[in-house]
Amino acid sequence: MAPLGGLELTPYEQAMADGEHGEAVAMCMRIVTGVARASGAERLLEIDSAHADGCLYHGVAGLEFTERLAGLGGRVTVRTTLNVGSLDLLHPGMVHADPILARNGRRLMDAHVAIGCEPTWSCAPYQTGHRPARGTHVAWAESNAIAFVNSVLGARTDRYGDFIDIAAAVTGRVPYAGLHHDEARRATRVLDFSAVSRGLLDLDVAWPAIGAFLGQAAGTQVAALTGLPGDLDDDGTTEDRLKALGATAASAGGVALFHVVGVTPEAPDLASVVVPGAPTVEVTTADLHAARDWLSTARDDRLDAVSLGTPHFSVAEFAALARELEDGTPFSDTVDVFVSTSRGVLDAVRRRGHADLVEAAGARILTDTCTYVTPVLRAGVRTVMTNSGKWAWYAPGNLGIETVLGSLSECVASARAGKVVRDDRLWS
Amino acid sequence: MTASGRELRGRSLHPGTARATLLLLKEPLSFWGGVNEEGTVIDRHHPQVGASLTGQVLAMPSGRGSSSSTAVLAELVRSGHGPSGIVLAECDTILVIGALVAAEMYGALLPIVELDQHTFADLSDGSMVEMVAQQAPLEATIRLEGA
Repeated sequence: MAPLGGLELTPYEQAMADGEHGEAVAMCMRIVTGVARASGAERLLEIDSAHADGCLYHGVAGLEFTERLAGLGGRVTVRTTLNVGSLDLLHPGMVHADPILARNGRRLMDAHVAIGCEPTWSCAPYQTGHRPARGTHVAWAESNAIAFVNSVLGARTDRYGDFIDIAAAVTGRVPYAGLHHDEARRATRVLDFSAVSRGLLDLDVAWPAIGAFLGQAAGTQVAALTGLPGDLDDDGTTEDRLKALGATAASAGGVALFHVVGVTPEAPDLASVVVPGAPTVEVTTADLHAARDWLSTARDDRLDAVSLGTPHFSVAEFAALARELEDGTPFSDTVDVFVSTSRGVLDAVRRRGHADLVEAAGARILTDTCTYVTPVLRAGVRTVMTNSGKWAWYAPGNLGIETVLGSLSECVASARAGKVVRDDRLWS
Repeated sequence: MTASGRELRGRSLHPGTARATLLLLKEPLSFWGGVNEEGTVIDRHHPQVGASLTGQVLAMPSGRGSSSSTAVLAELVRSGHGPSGIVLAECDTILVIGALVAAEMYGALLPIVELDQHTFADLSDGSMVEMVAQQAPLEATIRLEGA
C-alpha cells in the first residue's frame, strides 16, 4: 500500500482548490486531488494537452456532471480533443439510437463542446492532428490512445478515463503518479519475435495478433518487444501496425505502454528501456497463430458483415483499402461493410477520392462513433469479420456476435465472396 | 477460526461509512460491461454472474477493465442501485473517481478502503461488516460482526 503521506499543492493549485478560480475549477480540483491522495501522489503535474472520452453516453450521471461543469462556466485550459460519442452527427441515419440515447447522447456531446473541447470525435486523435511532443506530460483517456501516445509518440500519460480526463483538462493538472514517472516506464519483461517468420510480419493481421499475445503475456506491465521490423518515418505502415498492436494489447491485457526496440522513441536499444533481470519470452509463429484464434470465435464460413476502422481508419489505411478495391469488383449484397473513421480523416480521403471509391464498392463510412459502442449493425447480424483485434476482443461480449479476425485483404475478399475467406499459408 | 468482532485497519481511498453484508467477489469485476443498470453482475465469464451488488459492501482483490467504469459506478450510486461500500486489496483509481463524482453530484459518500493482501484474506462472504473511512489517505477501519 502507498504510505499515508500528504499531498503538497503549489500556491496556484491551492487557490484553484479554494475556489478562487470559480466553482467549476474547485470541483475539478476536488476530483484531481482526491485521486492524487488515493494513489499516494505527493504533488500534481502540469499537462500540455488532454484527450477526453466522457462524451460516450453511459447514463444520466455522466451527463449531469458535464452539464453542471458547463453551467458553472467550466472551460478546459489545455488543448482537449474528444473521443467517440454515441452518435454519428454527420450521417444521422447510421446509428439506430432509441429516443433516450439519441437525446442524451447528443446533449452529452454538446456539453463537452460547450466547455471548450475540440469536436474531433475520434479514438485516434493522433491521426487527426493531435500529436503531443515526446517527453511532454498529457492526460489522455481511451485505452488505445493511451497506448499510442505513450509508446509511439513517447509523450507521458497514465491511464485516465471518464471525469478525471475533463477534471485534468479544466485544472491543467494530474497526480504525479504512474506512467508520468521515469522508472514506471521501464520494461519488466522482454518478448523476442526473432523466430517469427518475416513473411508473417509483413501481413497487417500479424500485428493485432502480436497485440493479443502481448496483452495476455504482460497484463498491465510494460514490455519491450525485440526482433520486430519497423520505421516510424515510412508511409504510415509502421504507425498503423503499432496502432493495431497497442489497441489489441490494451483490450486483451490493459497494456498502456510498450517499447518496440529500435523503432519506438524511448527504445533505441534494449538496455536503455529494460530493468535489470527482466525475463525474456521467445515468441513463435505458432504463438501468434494461437493469438489470432482467440480473436476468431466463428466456427464456419458464414459472414453477415465486415467492420473496419477500430481504432478509426487513417489516411494510409484508406489508401490501402482503395488499392484493394482498384479492380472494381463490388461487395456481395449479403454482407454489410462498415468503415469507422474520424471526420478529419474523412475530409482528407474525400479530397483524394478514396472515400468515394470505398462507397462505390458498397461500404458505408461511419464517423464520430464506432460500430461496437452504439447500435449500428442491423438485427440478425451474427458473424462479423474485422481487421481489428480490439473489435474482435469486445464484440462477442458487448454485441453477442461471433468474430473472425482477418487481414484487410482477407476482409475485402470475404466481403466480395459473401463468406469468410482466409489464407493460412503464412501462419504455420 | 472466526474473525468475528475483530477490527481490520486499512487505508481510506474515499471517505464514508457503511454497515452491510459483505459480497466477496472471487475475481475482479469491470463495472463497464460487467454490471447492469440494476446493479446485477452480467459478465458471463465472472463466477458470480447474477449476484446483486446493491446495498452490499463489495470486496474484490482489484478492479479490472474499462476506464468507463467510473461513469457506470457513479450512475449506479445516482439511481440507488450501487454498493454501500467497496473494499480492495489494491488501489483502483477508476472506482475512486466514480465515488468522487457521486459525492460531488449526489452527496452520496461511498466508502472505499484498501486492505493489504494478508488482511483482505480475513474477509468472508456473507458476513456483516461496518466500514468507517476518513478523508483519503488517512486510516480506515472495517469491523467484522460475523455472519
